[in-house]
Amino acid sequence: MTHTLRRLAAGVVAAVCSWGSPSAAQRATQDVRPVVVASKPFGESYLLAEIFAQLLESHGLAVERRPGLGATEVAFAALRSNAIDVYPEYTGTGLLAILHDSLTAAMRADPRRTFDHVSRGFAAAYGVRWLPPLGFQNGYAIAVRRETAEQHRLRTLTDLARAGSMLTAGFTSDFIGRPDGLAGLSREYGLTPKAVRPLAPAVKYVALASEAVDVIDGYSTDGLLAKYDLVTLDDDRRFFPPYEAAALISARLANDRPDAIAVLTRLSGRFDEARMRTYNRRIEVDGEEIRRVAADALRDLGLVVSAVGGDSAVPSLTRPGFVQFLWSRRAETVSQALRHLQLVLLALVAAVLVALPLGLALERSRASAEWVVGALGVLQTIPSIALLAFMIPLLGVGVKPALVALWLYALYPIARNTYTGVRDADPEAIEACEAMGATARQRLLWVRLPLAAPVILAGVRTAAVISVGAATLAAFIGAGGLGEPIVTGLALADSRLILSGAIPAALLALAVDGALLLVERAVAPAHLRVPRHTLLSRSSNVAGYRPRG
Amino acid sequence: MSLSLAANNVSHAYGGSVALAGVTAHVPEGAVLALVGESGSGKTTLLRTFNRLVDPDAGSVFVSGEDVRTLDPVELRRRVGYVPQHGGLLPHWTARRNVALVPTLVGMPDAGRAADEALEQAGLDPAEFGGRLPRELSGGQRQRAAIARAFAARQEAMLLDEPFGALDAITRAEAYEAFERVRRELRFTAILVTHDLAEAARLADRVAVMQAGRIEQIGTVTELRRNPATPYVQSLFARAEAALDALVS
Repeated sequence: MTHTLRRLAAGVVAAVCSWGSPSAAQRATQDVRPVVVASKPFGESYLLAEIFAQLLESHGLAVERRPGLGATEVAFAALRSNAIDVYPEYTGTGLLAILHDSLTAAMRADPRRTFDHVSRGFAAAYGVRWLPPLGFQNGYAIAVRRETAEQHRLRTLTDLARAGSMLTAGFTSDFIGRPDGLAGLSREYGLTPKAVRPLAPAVKYVALASEAVDVIDGYSTDGLLAKYDLVTLDDDRRFFPPYEAAALISARLANDRPDAIAVLTRLSGRFDEARMRTYNRRIEVDGEEIRRVAADALRDLGLVVSAVGGDSAVPSLTRPGFVQFLWSRRAETVSQALRHLQLVLLALVAAVLVALPLGLALERSRASAEWVVGALGVLQTIPSIALLAFMIPLLGVGVKPALVALWLYALYPIARNTYTGVRDADPEAIEACEAMGATARQRLLWVRLPLAAPVILAGVRTAAVISVGAATLAAFIGAGGLGEPIVTGLALADSRLILSGAIPAALLALAVDGALLLVERAVAPAHLRVPRHTLLSRSSNVAGYRPRG
Repeated sequence: MSLSLAANNVSHAYGGSVALAGVTAHVPEGAVLALVGESGSGKTTLLRTFNRLVDPDAGSVFVSGEDVRTLDPVELRRRVGYVPQHGGLLPHWTARRNVALVPTLVGMPDAGRAADEALEQAGLDPAEFGGRLPRELSGGQRQRAAIARAFAARQEAMLLDEPFGALDAITRAEAYEAFERVRRELRFTAILVTHDLAEAARLADRVAVMQAGRIEQIGTVTELRRNPATPYVQSLFARAEAALDALVS
């Protein structure tokens, strides 16, 4: 049995190691690694990354796409460790969220100074390079409905501060928490809204349009500003830092691939805010494909003679029904579900191989058991995104860090149930066995394990269902699976896309749980199964059926 | 075929609480000694020193003249049968497989047949009951299977820890008969822990009355009754007789 287990373990390890990255043999046949182009999970970031990718491809460079990486910490950690090569970033974010620096008066006055400062800071601290800015800013834009602006005569943030006490604000939790967000804004302008409601990014425009709130934080190039005819207020005291968009380049790319740098630099200074707002609107409002909008943008700039969206792009203004939508995505959904299942099963098998023997070992050394199981429990409290972000410097992005994170999450329920299951298995039967001269090993194999089997399987089921849920977050680090449409859908405020990942994920959780229920029944010890004998029909023996007291 | 059992000035404490305070007792080959006393008197602890479930702090325990400390506990336990209060049958094994446990452990060539013989001797038809799980047996049948398990490998001594305590009166009488029958056939040495003086009188050759980790008196029931050595022994008999009188009148 141990032999089979060992071979199984070796197989799992081999599969994990070979999957997600090209094998040595594959690598040898390619002279260079493809340029890994990534984005953060929101519309404009997806679009810029796709523009980078298509431009590189049009120059004959191989590209690998990793769209929608977690958030700033995840994307930057990936870039810093050379797991990705380029993603679009903003100078203000670089200054405040990555360098943890503050804005000087000089930087406020001139965005170029911010860029120079950030650019120098990144090169010194991380060896990471900023290409010259793309030409537009996407900073915070405080927005109100047009009627509100007219009613209170609002044009600037100073005006807003004056009327603030009559208005309800709906801000994203990101904005509420950042130093350059609500706190700073209140200090600088003396703004005190009637109330502040935390809103998810996906719903803030709808909340404003439906008059649930009166003020929101948006971004200056958001396509939805145009859709809802909103007014953005002028930052007359220049409180918000400049958020110039630029391509952020890994040290590896900067050193090894002057060809790619030359291509990407052609985009510098070519964009403006009006243009970006139009593109963003096509993606966020009209639901056009990012690939097509990117192709159009490159054609507009005269950089690529259209390869993708050659025919005049017809926006799909009439949206098909939800069922049709799901059906149209079926091939993608199936392959994402299979990838999802693969992630979960590999992580689960690896967790069983470690946590089951661990639980058994702990039963033999109970003094340390609560400490060890407790430590695994602490792992459980680390938010998945944080855990995934920790993995990136060690394992890069993609499948490997996702598997390791899922594996870590699955250890606790299995180890805990194995330990308590074997510890609490019928103490009298086990003592009798000991008193008859059964060795510890025999007691384990004959009594403790069979009696604990249902409890252990219950732990495996818990771990499996947790893993199916946690694996949706693996999309944030580019591992694919059903989290992919969820992450993109959240970024684009597209609830159909979110559901097209969430519903199959829920069904997958039920299916995995159901399959393991069958296993649980199969391993249940004889006395916990449905009575098998003909004895039930014999009334004289019925009294004998009462369970042991 | 039997072993002698002896304890020589045995003391043991769990943490700070004294369970045995210098106990000496001897059970000759083929004899049955009953340990009678209240809960906490040390009788179960004394019993468990004979198969090394408890290694006493002081004093020596002998099985067939050998100090048990010199014996491998696993080997020792396979030679000495054990019947716990609730039988301790493995709930997921059939009666036959349970009874075949020690024959299997000691590598008897036909453990299944040994188990069937033992079931038969304990008064359970192996054809009818051998294939049943413990939950498919009555309380008395379970205890008889537990006794069968304790001698199926032809063990030469048996340790019984209140094996009949949880049974109702009629079932208990059946179990007594089964025990007496196998004892007549196999002549093993036994130590029986009980809090019931009447049970001790029926099943044992000699009785040791225990209190607070000491043996108050040891002898036949008749000796103890006629010449109680301590007020405690006297009161024990007085209470047992009062119960009997209440039953008769």
